[in-house]
Amino acid sequence: MKKIIVLLASVSFVFVHANAQGILGGKVTGNFQTDIQMSKEDKTIGAQKVDEKLLSNTFANILYTNGDFSAGVRFESYLNPILGFDKQYKGSGVPYRFVSYKKDFLEITAGNYYEQFGNGLIFRSYEERNLGLDNAMDGVRVVARPYKGIILKGIIGKQRYYWDDIWQNDNGLVRGIDGEFSLSEMIPSLASSPVSLSLGGSFVSTYEKAGTKYITRNNDNYKLNLPENIGAGAVRFNFGYNAFALSGEFAFKGQDPNAVNNYIYRKGNAQLLTAEYSIKGLGIRLEGKRIDNMSFKSKRTETGNMLNVNYLPSITRNHSYSLMSMYSYATQINGEIGFSADIMYKIPKGTLLGGKYGTSIKLNYSNIHSLDMTPIDGYALFEAGTNGYETDLFSIGEEKYFSEINLEINKKISSNFKMNFMYSYQEFNPIAYGHAGNPMIYAHIAVIDGTYKLAAHQSIKGEIQALFTKQDYDEFAKGNWFQYGAEYNFAGHWFLAASDQWNYGTEQGDKVHYYNVSAGCTFGTTRVSLSYGKQRQGIMCIGGVCREVPASNGMFMTITSSF
Amino acid sequence: MKKIFLLATMVLFALCINAQDAKIAKIDVKDVNGKVVNTGSFSNDGKPYIVCFWATWCHPCLDELNAMAELYSDWREETGVKVYAVSIDDTRTKGKVKTLVNSSEWEYEVVIDENSDFKRAMGVNNPPHTFIVGADGTILWQHAGYAEGDEQNTIAKYKELSNK
Repeated sequence: MKKIIVLLASVSFVFVHANAQGILGGKVTGNFQTDIQMSKEDKTIGAQKVDEKLLSNTFANILYTNGDFSAGVRFESYLNPILGFDKQYKGSGVPYRFVSYKKDFLEITAGNYYEQFGNGLIFRSYEERNLGLDNAMDGVRVVARPYKGIILKGIIGKQRYYWDDIWQNDNGLVRGIDGEFSLSEMIPSLASSPVSLSLGGSFVSTYEKAGTKYITRNNDNYKLNLPENIGAGAVRFNFGYNAFALSGEFAFKGQDPNAVNNYIYRKGNAQLLTAEYSIKGLGIRLEGKRIDNMSFKSKRTETGNMLNVNYLPSITRNHSYSLMSMYSYATQINGEIGFSADIMYKIPKGTLLGGKYGTSIKLNYSNIHSLDMTPIDGYALFEAGTNGYETDLFSIGEEKYFSEINLEINKKISSNFKMNFMYSYQEFNPIAYGHAGNPMIYAHIAVIDGTYKLAAHQSIKGEIQALFTKQDYDEFAKGNWFQYGAEYNFAGHWFLAASDQWNYGTEQGDKVHYYNVSAGCTFGTTRVSLSYGKQRQGIMCIGGVCREVPASNGMFMTITSSF
Repeated sequence: MKKIFLLATMVLFALCINAQDAKIAKIDVKDVNGKVVNTGSFSNDGKPYIVCFWATWCHPCLDELNAMAELYSDWREETGVKVYAVSIDDTRTKGKVKTLVNSSEWEYEVVIDENSDFKRAMGVNNPPHTFIVGADGTILWQHAGYAEGDEQNTIAKYKELSNK
């Protein structure tokens, strides 16, 4: 804390001084978000009593820029954390502050920063505020652009861990370098050709003291010989030729026995490959991904969402309709193989099916399986202290993790009426929610919504969603759902909405309604919304990372603002 | 005590700055073909331009960009406007950006802000978020969220600001 104050004070001093000489001006920008929640006990939906009555999360960013110099701080407070956030966030302070300067071909950042190498397979530092996920680095980053088309990066530091003083704890150090070379820009003859090509590579390593870890086998205790430095490397390419594009990244990781992979010594690897063809009105895309023992954290005993060094998102469709996303897949970081495909087409206007405005059709398919793993002779799968398992690059396991086919149609009927229709069939393995071994869930989900424009700044929207499944055996598999709602936007600034999510006809005969009403307004960049009602217990997922949201019954207010 | 001191320092920090109009942040993003583009190079022949933050998974964003797409060629003829559509899709969904943009027949300049660096530097909370930026990079106007008809406000504001 002292360091931050000294840093800010000296930065302030520099500007007061500089302003007095009339050399520098500066710009301050920022943004703000506060969430306030009040929830009461409700046994029918499983909402727990909230002792504090009122919970709140707040974020405020202040950013100062002056030419090539910038500095920023983020204030956060969780008093106390809203439901679903880790209790370790309780408290307030400034977990994020930095200064950054660009000079010639160098850009230097000291303090906190976010960064990503390639697709993030071996390094990504990022925040996902609504999931309570933040692995901001604290240390130094240097970015160099020595020549047109070349970007080199170097990073060193430690990752944020809630409010821990990271310089006092034993969490590991993270170091890395990355280079990206755009051949299309470096080679003049390529610049005017329809071919584009860029290549990249990165190396990341973590250092954490070995400590002692014992495992028990046949009633004997063994001490594991833990590596202190763990290295990972990746290479990537991005190729384009007219309407065609192909890109990929291949990553490798050294021996990294940790709590997520049950302390096995197998080396990790991951592959990501995308092919795409798109012209005006049509796009086709195919993506494959394989993950083999790629949990990479800066602390070997850590499980959960914190201290991730890399980022391995799910390649399934990211849904925004609530029943479509009831069964969201989450990446199985110890091993999975899968692919996804998209076809997007716009039926031209003026045709029979296109009508006056054209019709958009989007078809998406994804399928994810386990890896075909063979145990090491004489040991169980993932047995601690061994190599864990063996597998081939292209062998697909028998266990299905997730598959989905969905079709979306967007149609503007007239100048003031438009509709969306979507259907999805999902096969979901509860392993993604941490309930391995439970029966698969097979769900048909349909959504239809329509927006009618009443006047220039007045519109009404209606929505119906339905989810049908026979699986009704636990908190996360609760049979059929039906949802309906309406929203009214008026006077350019205001909205009113009401909805009901109805869990009907479960095996226990429960018929639970989750009514919700909300209202809000937007003026410029300030947005206030207030809702009252019940929220089902569920899993909220962004980018393939999920957090559990407990059931609640009460009020929720959000204020966001930018300046 | 420490917190009060910290707060006081922050206030001093904010006060000691000559208030000027904020400028667009200069951040490296990528175009849909993976080429690095610096947001400081955004321009529109000496006229203001529009910057829209969006994502493939954000319904109101798609509503906004689709509504603007229908009017875009008329707007361009009438006002010379140019729209930069900044996608904040990350590794999970960024591959869909080009597919979606082409199939939707959008004529915008589309870039991808993969790790939300530009979003953070511009103080954006959630997409959609729309800016009008002057020829010199000054942020002239901004708006968060999208409701049916907001695209008309944006262009009206654009006309007003570009005639100044």
